[in-house]
Amino acid sequence: MSPVLEVHDLHKAFGGIKAVNGVSFSVNEGEILGIIGPNGCGKSTLFNCILGQLEPTQGAVKLDGRDVTNMRPSALNRLGVSRTFQLLQVFPELSVRENLILAGQEHQGSMLGRLFGARDAGLSDKAEQMIGFFKLGHLADAKAGGLSYGQQKLLDAAMAFMAGPRLVLLDEPAGGVNLTMLGDLKERLRAINAEQGATFVVIEHNMDFVMSLCTRVIVLAEGKVLAEGTPAEVRANPAVIEAYLGH
Amino acid sequence: MAEFIAYLIAGIATGAIYALAAIGFTLVWQTSQTINFAQGEFVMLPAVLILLAVKLFGLPLWAGGLLGIAVFLLIFGAGFKLVVVDPMIKHGVLPLAIATMALSIVMKEGAKDGFSAEAQSFPSLVPTDMINLLGASISLQHLAIIVVAFAAIGLLQWFVGGTRLGRQMQATAQNPTVARILGIPVERMVLLTFLLNAALAVVASLLISPIYLAKFSNGETIGLFAFIAAIVGGFNQVRGALVGGILIGVADSLAAAYVSSQYRLAVPLVLLVAIILIKPEGLMGRKEERRV
Amino acid sequence: MSAPAVQNSVAPRRATGRIDAALIGLILGAIILWFAPVGMGRYGTYVLSLWLVMSIGVMGLNLTLGYAGQTSLAQAAFMGLGAYTTAILTTKYGVSWYAAFALSGLLTFAVGLLLGFPALRVRTHYLAFVTLAFSTLIWLVLRNEQWLTGGVFGISNINRPYFFGIKLFGALEFHRFVVVVTLILSLKLWWLIRSPWGRAFTALRENPVRAASLGIDTRAYTLLAFAIGSAYGGFAGALYAPLVEFIDPSPFSLSQSLFLLLMVVAGGAGYLFGPFVGALLGVVLPEWLRFAGSLYLMIFAAIVLALLVICPQGVSGLIERGWNALRRKTGGAR
Repeated sequence: MSPVLEVHDLHKAFGGIKAVNGVSFSVNEGEILGIIGPNGCGKSTLFNCILGQLEPTQGAVKLDGRDVTNMRPSALNRLGVSRTFQLLQVFPELSVRENLILAGQEHQGSMLGRLFGARDAGLSDKAEQMIGFFKLGHLADAKAGGLSYGQQKLLDAAMAFMAGPRLVLLDEPAGGVNLTMLGDLKERLRAINAEQGATFVVIEHNMDFVMSLCTRVIVLAEGKVLAEGTPAEVRANPAVIEAYLGH
Repeated sequence: MAEFIAYLIAGIATGAIYALAAIGFTLVWQTSQTINFAQGEFVMLPAVLILLAVKLFGLPLWAGGLLGIAVFLLIFGAGFKLVVVDPMIKHGVLPLAIATMALSIVMKEGAKDGFSAEAQSFPSLVPTDMINLLGASISLQHLAIIVVAFAAIGLLQWFVGGTRLGRQMQATAQNPTVARILGIPVERMVLLTFLLNAALAVVASLLISPIYLAKFSNGETIGLFAFIAAIVGGFNQVRGALVGGILIGVADSLAAAYVSSQYRLAVPLVLLVAIILIKPEGLMGRKEERRV
Repeated sequence: MSAPAVQNSVAPRRATGRIDAALIGLILGAIILWFAPVGMGRYGTYVLSLWLVMSIGVMGLNLTLGYAGQTSLAQAAFMGLGAYTTAILTTKYGVSWYAAFALSGLLTFAVGLLLGFPALRVRTHYLAFVTLAFSTLIWLVLRNEQWLTGGVFGISNINRPYFFGIKLFGALEFHRFVVVVTLILSLKLWWLIRSPWGRAFTALRENPVRAASLGIDTRAYTLLAFAIGSAYGGFAGALYAPLVEFIDPSPFSLSQSLFLLLMVVAGGAGYLFGPFVGALLGVVLPEWLRFAGSLYLMIFAAIVLALLVICPQGVSGLIERGWNALRRKTGGAR
């Protein structure tokens, strides 16, 4: 059985600057992979290349064995890859419920079906489910823009899971979230990972978050893979400690 | 053949003028995300202001010229940025673009009602005789325009590449966020860009008005050509705008000569559509990175 | 257990699940307009009808600009396409107005797709320039191809249609016909905005990157919004021709397209009733400012400029602000 995600020798250069300089790894079904590294090590660029927002200068990305390099983000999403954003990107003018319906509506039926079909694209139940799972019940009809930062983070995560994705890429999910919410978030992510069998790749700065959530960790430095292994192995790796001096 | 050379040179001359407008347009777009739909009117107005100064205050041409230019630089260089762009930019690119559309109407109608609905002659600063070159009768004016326009562009290139201030402005145009991190006073650089755009518009106005006469409606065609030049060139500041401008100018000139006068305008338009279909990033542009 | 926070249910901008006040507003408006011209005289009735026809054109542009966030500088050209198609088909070939109406919409929809597809493929700002070029091109064709369009002399004696045998030649009768057609088109748009397509359009406007990451095919939706918006321009033109009974190229120039854009913005881009407000300003203002002559365009542009700086959501935005302030003062639930 092929891994869910494979990255082969990925390179991305901006002019003379090599942001990603030959990264390869793979992720198996159900894993929670963490990608960490000091600032500027190429994590975000790597993400954007995998997700189709940037064109890699070299290398390939495969989903379930199928080459998806250079695929447009919306097409990739319809194949079962979703993401959360570092900078919050919920739709502030829509309600929480509407945001969730939006997140799922493109994954079923056809364009014409969406034009002539039900207003909620048949997703009200699923949305309710998500709202319950992420404990946003009391906010279901509130405008998303009015939610607190932590609540928006939960909504963001909920939106990523609406379509029952195969692979979820989380971009700094712990950023700016207070400790209690963080615990909730971690717990919800673990639960959904167990329930849906989705595979995660997480970029994070928050060491504790990564080490306690992820099953495997990759350390990037200067666009290359520095170390790979279980959280415990990585934490003990002297090269990693050196790269992170000061963190 | 001789005629062809004359048309070619005429085309290069007007093309160089469009290039000036296109360069300013591109600079402003790159530094501050402003799509200035009034760029054509920016080129139309200085000549009108100068003629107005002469008419209203009975000034000699040189004085009216200085006054007109000064007023224009102040209002449509600094004023444009401070009064229109700065308050609007926080609402996004689109509202600002629409604001410039409204501005273009205000400028055009203002010129029509405030000055004249008729085309007025504008004195040429360069000699207007014809000379004989390669068996063709070439307008000295066209040659002079080419020289002046290229000199202006050359000056701009030197400024941007050779002076510290220019390099800072260049950096701001390429990436304002990084420029700010590098300690470049971005706000001042953006202001400088707007002033530069106004200056380029003034030069273009002084060069083109003697040929096409000063008329309130000039802005429509000039603006259209400037946009097409910028797009065809690939939004690549000087080189791209120059290539785009000259291409448009020559195409227009040859169309006027060899294609029906009714559809002369269609030629640059077809060029635009062709570029968008074949090489959307423009002749000298870079492919856009972020995709959606 | 507290009730969920209900925010501003009257705002027509958001597609929420309740019986839209917008729907009621449209139907009520239609009823009022049905009876309004009684006692107004021919000219007053004509202005009212003109306002409604313009609203249709502005409505289409509102879809393109206000919902999908795209700038089209060709809406007047599309109206021209619709008007001339209808005029030519009904006067020269005896085609029924209803067929011509449908064909006008179909033609402008197709042209919208054709124009939009290459333009939106790469950079989304390019649509503005492509529609600018297209506008100019159409203008040239309308003016030059005298054998088809009558050139600067235009096409005259455009007949008003029959409605199941009822003659609609009179001002009042035709006005009521216009009210019905406008209502139908408005309802279709209202329904479109409330559908999942409308939700996608909103996402597109607010955050295209995020929208794409959720699987929304931004190119397809943007293209559709533009094509449908252009089709509404065609429909408006098809109604315009029999209303004015004589058409020439002048109402379909680039300036007019700019004017329509300003109307969308002034009325409030993205609001369902915005186009009606904007069209009102656009039709009524020239009448009021008649004394100012051609200055009206400049004044209108200056007003829009000022409006944009104060409240980019136009008059509808101002009304919404006022409404919200009122609700806060009367202690409405947050």
